[in-house]
Amino acid sequence: MNNIRNFSIIAHIDHGKSTLADRLIQYTGVVEDRNFQDQILDNMEIERERGITIKSQAVSLPYQAKDGRSYTLNLIDTPGHVDFTYEVSRSLASCEGVLLLIDAAQGVQAQTLANLYLAMEHDLAVIPVINKIDLPSADVERVIEQIDSELGLDPDTHLKCSAKAGIGIEDILEAVVERVPPPKGDPAAPLAALIFDAKYDSFRGTVIHCRIFAGTVKAGDIIRLMYNNATYRVEEVGRFLLQRQKRESLSAGDVGYIIAGVKTVSDVRTGDTITLDNRPCPKPLPGFKEVKPVVFASIYPIASDDYEDLAVSLEKFKLNDASFIYEKDSSAALGQGFRCGFLGLLHLDIVQERLEREYDLSIILSVPSVRYRFTLNDGTVLLVDNPAHYPDPASIAMSEEPYIRAAMMLPERYLGAVMKLCMEKRGVNSTLNYPNPGRAELAYEMPLAEVIFDFYDRFKSVTQGYGSFDYDLIEYRESNLILLDILVNGEKVDALSQIVHRERARARGLQACERLKEEIPRQMFKIAIQGAIGGEIVSRTTISPFRKDVIAKCYGGDITRKRKLLEKQKKGKKRMKMIGNVSIPQSAFLAVLKSDTE
Amino acid sequence: MIYDPPETAPLHEDRLGGDSLPGLYVHIPFCVSKCPYCGFYSVTDLSRIPAYLTALRREMDLCRRWVECFDTLYIGGGTPSVLPAEELEGLITALRGTFTIAAGAEITVETNPADITPGLLAELRRAGVNRLNIGVQAFDDATLAFLGRRHSSSQAVAAVQLARETGFPNIGLDLIYGLPPSSISAWLAALDKAVGLAPDHISCYQLTPEAGTPLAERCRLGEIILPGESLQADLFLKTSEFLEEKGYIHYEVSNFARPGAESRHNSKYWDHTPYLGLGPGAHSFRGRERRWNHPSLPGYLKDLAAGRPPVEAAEVLTDGQLRLEALFLGLRTKRGIDLKDYRRRYRYDLLTKKGKTIASLAEQGLAEIRNGFLRPTRAGMAVADSLALI
Repeated sequence: MNNIRNFSIIAHIDHGKSTLADRLIQYTGVVEDRNFQDQILDNMEIERERGITIKSQAVSLPYQAKDGRSYTLNLIDTPGHVDFTYEVSRSLASCEGVLLLIDAAQGVQAQTLANLYLAMEHDLAVIPVINKIDLPSADVERVIEQIDSELGLDPDTHLKCSAKAGIGIEDILEAVVERVPPPKGDPAAPLAALIFDAKYDSFRGTVIHCRIFAGTVKAGDIIRLMYNNATYRVEEVGRFLLQRQKRESLSAGDVGYIIAGVKTVSDVRTGDTITLDNRPCPKPLPGFKEVKPVVFASIYPIASDDYEDLAVSLEKFKLNDASFIYEKDSSAALGQGFRCGFLGLLHLDIVQERLEREYDLSIILSVPSVRYRFTLNDGTVLLVDNPAHYPDPASIAMSEEPYIRAAMMLPERYLGAVMKLCMEKRGVNSTLNYPNPGRAELAYEMPLAEVIFDFYDRFKSVTQGYGSFDYDLIEYRESNLILLDILVNGEKVDALSQIVHRERARARGLQACERLKEEIPRQMFKIAIQGAIGGEIVSRTTISPFRKDVIAKCYGGDITRKRKLLEKQKKGKKRMKMIGNVSIPQSAFLAVLKSDTE
Repeated sequence: MIYDPPETAPLHEDRLGGDSLPGLYVHIPFCVSKCPYCGFYSVTDLSRIPAYLTALRREMDLCRRWVECFDTLYIGGGTPSVLPAEELEGLITALRGTFTIAAGAEITVETNPADITPGLLAELRRAGVNRLNIGVQAFDDATLAFLGRRHSSSQAVAAVQLARETGFPNIGLDLIYGLPPSSISAWLAALDKAVGLAPDHISCYQLTPEAGTPLAERCRLGEIILPGESLQADLFLKTSEFLEEKGYIHYEVSNFARPGAESRHNSKYWDHTPYLGLGPGAHSFRGRERRWNHPSLPGYLKDLAAGRPPVEAAEVLTDGQLRLEALFLGLRTKRGIDLKDYRRRYRYDLLTKKGKTIASLAEQGLAEIRNGFLRPTRAGMAVADSLALI
């Protein structure tokens, strides 16, 4: 166990996390240079494109240290967005140390801090690493100063590197060996393994990624998942060397995988503890939370013929995304579809993009909603996450919406702007602390609905990226809620309806109309867009028609050129949903939630 | 009862193309100078004309068995009138020798007013040309200069009169509108002048920046600002109202004619009648195949020198593509789409499939169904591209 080190790299976005991971992998020779590709741990196309990690990844790096001994350095990559905070915390819980990567030109940023706090919560050894030292704009001295003043870390402990140029890589590996403590735990004790991720493999079923804290597991063992007491026979265990590498057993301190005939990733829970059925550990490892979706939206195929394909794709998709849930749904305007639950708007965005890209589907998402609670006059309690199921207003005795506690860290100079934003988002009961001079810790209680829709983007923008933000659900609170409908050319589009706070209803209605006006392309006829509460129109806009679009010439016999142009337009139109005779683009459904202050 | 195969049955090529005979197009890729707005292929090195005519004869030979008989011939360009009169006449004679051109066929030649001489016109008449298309473009010299034309307004007027005197039964003028600065009154004055010359056919093309032309580049740089959509629409609708008032039928987006003087050749492009195109960049269509020649003269000459057809590429249209073409081409014409004929030829019943959309278009005043035809209204013709996407 003394030759194992488990560590993670944490950093603000674009500070070079994936590049450093690539370099460590290359340096230790896990992958031959000719097989190398950038952002090697970001398997999904979408991860490479957006430069964010969505799924956790792990890789075991074999390293011959200067002390002459061989080590196994387990690098656990973590997702980087507030929607996935819990997944990050489980990955960090699997480590003993982190490399805290700081861009030499940009210095300490919001996520640098937020990630440092997370690491400290887990009592991890922190090695500050200044990256991009070869940039002309690098200011290493300033960053060293920040490590001291802003991070409160010993500035003498820092390392310097350029992941891109491959400078300082060996020093980092040496520091991991020397400064990250070896894992502890008794290989002979009852098995306790922390699940930090799970992936679906079409041949082997679910591949569970885990960190063994105590005991040993090998093929043939009967394991038990402590959350639901399900038992499975272990087929294979091993480590990750980019590909899976089978081993005899995994023991305390190891990071690796278990294949045990688990059918889908939904059968395992990130953060759950695996133990042996015949010799269980006394209690599960701490920190387990059941992740529940907080944002709901319906997915419809743009062409109703694609419904079956969508159903099959969702089933496949679900195999690899345990936090995604769905059930059948139908809409008067959009036809047959599915109601889905997501961890947040980024998660929703990613699911939509992956469905379109990996399953080649054209889909429409309805306006996202949180889950509201209505108590009716007869005492019935309804949980409503779909505005289409908003009960008859006359029958409602009490309306409630979920509240969260938002925890924010930010430089003091942005405090005024952030407080204004929180008030605008119906924030209450604020508390304010100054953990360090110049740095504010602000908490607010806010309706979840206000937070998940465009709060995060605006928070980032008012703090210029220097603020970090996290939230916890606290409780349902009574709220004056009503249903805002949107009518397009007089026809109600249920997928555009929202449940909103009464005081905000007019403003939201106006905002929705304005956004739709921007998103819906002009057509051959006038389009009227109206916001309505009950029977009352509260807002309206019109989109004027275009009057000329025909190209004067249709060259001689070259009909082909013109047809290709129209085919392209037709394809574009196919990506829009026809409601009545109006083509509404995909983007419109999400845009109605965006505020106009952006 | 006529057997009506189901919509899933493949389209029969012999059912396409209606009842008229195929058309023949010959491209003359030469101009004395290039106009900055024109996207058609042409070269200004007139010394290559003899080599080109030799190659063209070879292509004619290669296509000799393409079809039994044509009933239209259209010589376009470029500028066909840059050819010496005897060469043009020789070409028409050669075409008649190689292909069967029906008696009473419509034979059109495009000309530049600057090239028109009594000698040329007489030669063309002798060769059987019965439709003369004159690239007038505008009636004031400032506009002609902007368009880079080498003729003057007075030359244009004289050319039309001379053509009339020579006895061409169908004289067509090409005009361009929508130049900056664009005023509706100035354009209507130009139209009035055109009408005063009593042509049989008037084509009104809206100035559009074609990719790769100097005009497009100047638009990109912001040196030239073309009229916006609203003014374009007004110009289009006013043109239509004005000329229809004067007895010219707005029979296609850009084309107006006295009753019976419509271009028979161009109409073939719009209803899937077969056509054979000769020369660089020329397109041919038959059944469900469309092919096109190398757009450049060197590529064209090289292939023919080697005895190969100078075809750059070909495509076989799917049922869906045929339907889309028939729809967008039909909706560019005043005649519209014969719904029964459309169903017969393309195995697709627009009325049952798109009835609701069509009804709403009718309600918006963009289209109408009359006597079994789906026709664009005047306002509908202005948005024919969108109509086709129903």
